[in-house]
Amino acid sequence: MNTLNRRCSSSLGKKYVMAVTGLALFGFVVAHMVGNLQIFLGREILNGYGAFLKSKPLLLWGARLGLICLVSLHVWAAIRLTQDNRAARPVAYAVQASISASYASRTMLMSGLIVASFIVFHLMHFTLGGVDPEFLEFRDGAGRHDVYRMVVAGFSTPIVSIFYFVGMALLCLHLSHGVSALFQSLGLRTGHWVRAIDLFAKAAALTIFVGNCSIPLAVLIGLLK
Amino acid sequence: MKLTLKVWRQKDGDSRGEFATYQANDINPDMSFLEMLDEVNESLLARGEEPIAFDSDCREGICGACSMVINGLPHGGRKATTACQLHMRLFEDGETVTVEPWRARAFPVVRDLIVDRSGFDRIIQAGGFVSVSTGGAQDANVIPIPKPDAELAMDAAQCIGCGACVAACKNASAMLFVAAKVSHLAILPQGRVEKNRRVLRMVEAMDSEGFGNCTVTGSCEAVCPKEISLNFITRLNQEYAVALLKSTGQSAR
Ligand code: HEM
Ligand code: FES
Repeated sequence: MNTLNRRCSSSLGKKYVMAVTGLALFGFVVAHMVGNLQIFLGREILNGYGAFLKSKPLLLWGARLGLICLVSLHVWAAIRLTQDNRAARPVAYAVQASISASYASRTMLMSGLIVASFIVFHLMHFTLGGVDPEFLEFRDGAGRHDVYRMVVAGFSTPIVSIFYFVGMALLCLHLSHGVSALFQSLGLRTGHWVRAIDLFAKAAALTIFVGNCSIPLAVLIGLLK
Repeated sequence: MKLTLKVWRQKDGDSRGEFATYQANDINPDMSFLEMLDEVNESLLARGEEPIAFDSDCREGICGACSMVINGLPHGGRKATTACQLHMRLFEDGETVTVEPWRARAFPVVRDLIVDRSGFDRIIQAGGFVSVSTGGAQDANVIPIPKPDAELAMDAAQCIGCGACVAACKNASAMLFVAAKVSHLAILPQGRVEKNRRVLRMVEAMDSEGFGNCTVTGSCEAVCPKEISLNFITRLNQEYAVALLKSTGQSAR
């Protein structure tokens, strides 16, 4: 058991943690986006979806707890790995040249930390009512929480929407590298799959950016009101 | 041609080093980078100064000794080229060229451009071998090996252990080296027998030497003079995961 424990906290063990939690978070981000895009189907459908989620408290809280664990593990592994990486090169090169390493790959910790701060704001904004407590009080005709009205009100402030665009841009950057790296870390990015996986990572990252940004954008240009 | 050289000078591991600037005149463009340094050293000796210490042996790209970072890139960063194979004609006349040692905690500077790469040897000692107890060698063709496997193993076996991968990686990670050494044995039937134990031990040794972790930037692959592919790192990740699942501790020690 002790050996197993030591192995799992080895460099590769921590990368597996990074990759598995990253994959699960990526799955959540996709599902979250698909769920929210229902706003384009109208108030009725979106509010119904919101009420449906709230009607399953066990599932809801299970998912929330799970997500908290995933993010904590992911950030823990990220910080530990980055500490090791910094310690591994105590003296920097006088001439800094980088070869073939993409911008995204060199800035994973930074993009990740900004995404984390974005997540905190996002929760304050739409889940905890920390930005405007009124948001949680909105009711529609059927007496359900008026999610639709909350989202429209939330994104009507341009500065808030701009922060969402920035957050999504960094998530897009993070995932454009992260999604292919996770297959590499799990030993699945082999042979003729390499190019397909790299392409998938970029396409998925871009889709998430476009999909999520379309909502605040639609509010700002008055498409959703 | 003429060059201005900024070279890292450091008396020994305990001293603080600094850059010294030298003028190299009359460089023959057909020289290799090491021959150019030899000439600079001749002139330093003639002036009664200490020559620049650097490692070299084969001078034909097969031993991996000639470790140096040239203008920020290991071996100068040319495709499939070691410093000893790097031609001076690739530099601009009058250019300033900066030469530094590999920078990694696991590769401490011994003197000037020479670093101690024995960390690699300890990783190999941990498992980079095939145990053959006794007996005469049997006929090579007795064990059939598919051609693609043989070729893949040979691709990995090209690694000369120069350490450019570590030097180029922003995390000073030795993953490409370890991946090549794990793979070239694990792909062949003779090495497959010990594959789980080997990968666990070699990764453990890699970690205890203080190398960093792979973040899949691909810099290692780009500077590798033997063009070892990042795909071998995928294989290492896979081998390690399988070994972790198969051995719950005892067998690996
Ligand atoms: C929605 C949230 C997030 C998702 C979907 C996500 C996804 C991913 C994925 C898929 C990877 C690749 C794993 C691998 O290298 O094998 C990754 C790596 C990484 N993530 Fe995240 N991440 C998220 C949030 C964060 C946060 C909040 C941080 C803050 C520290 C962070 C820091 C990192 C770092 C530093 C890496 C690179 C680790 C390495 O390669 O050594 N991520 N992420
Ligand atoms: S001196 Fe042998 S590889 Fe350069």
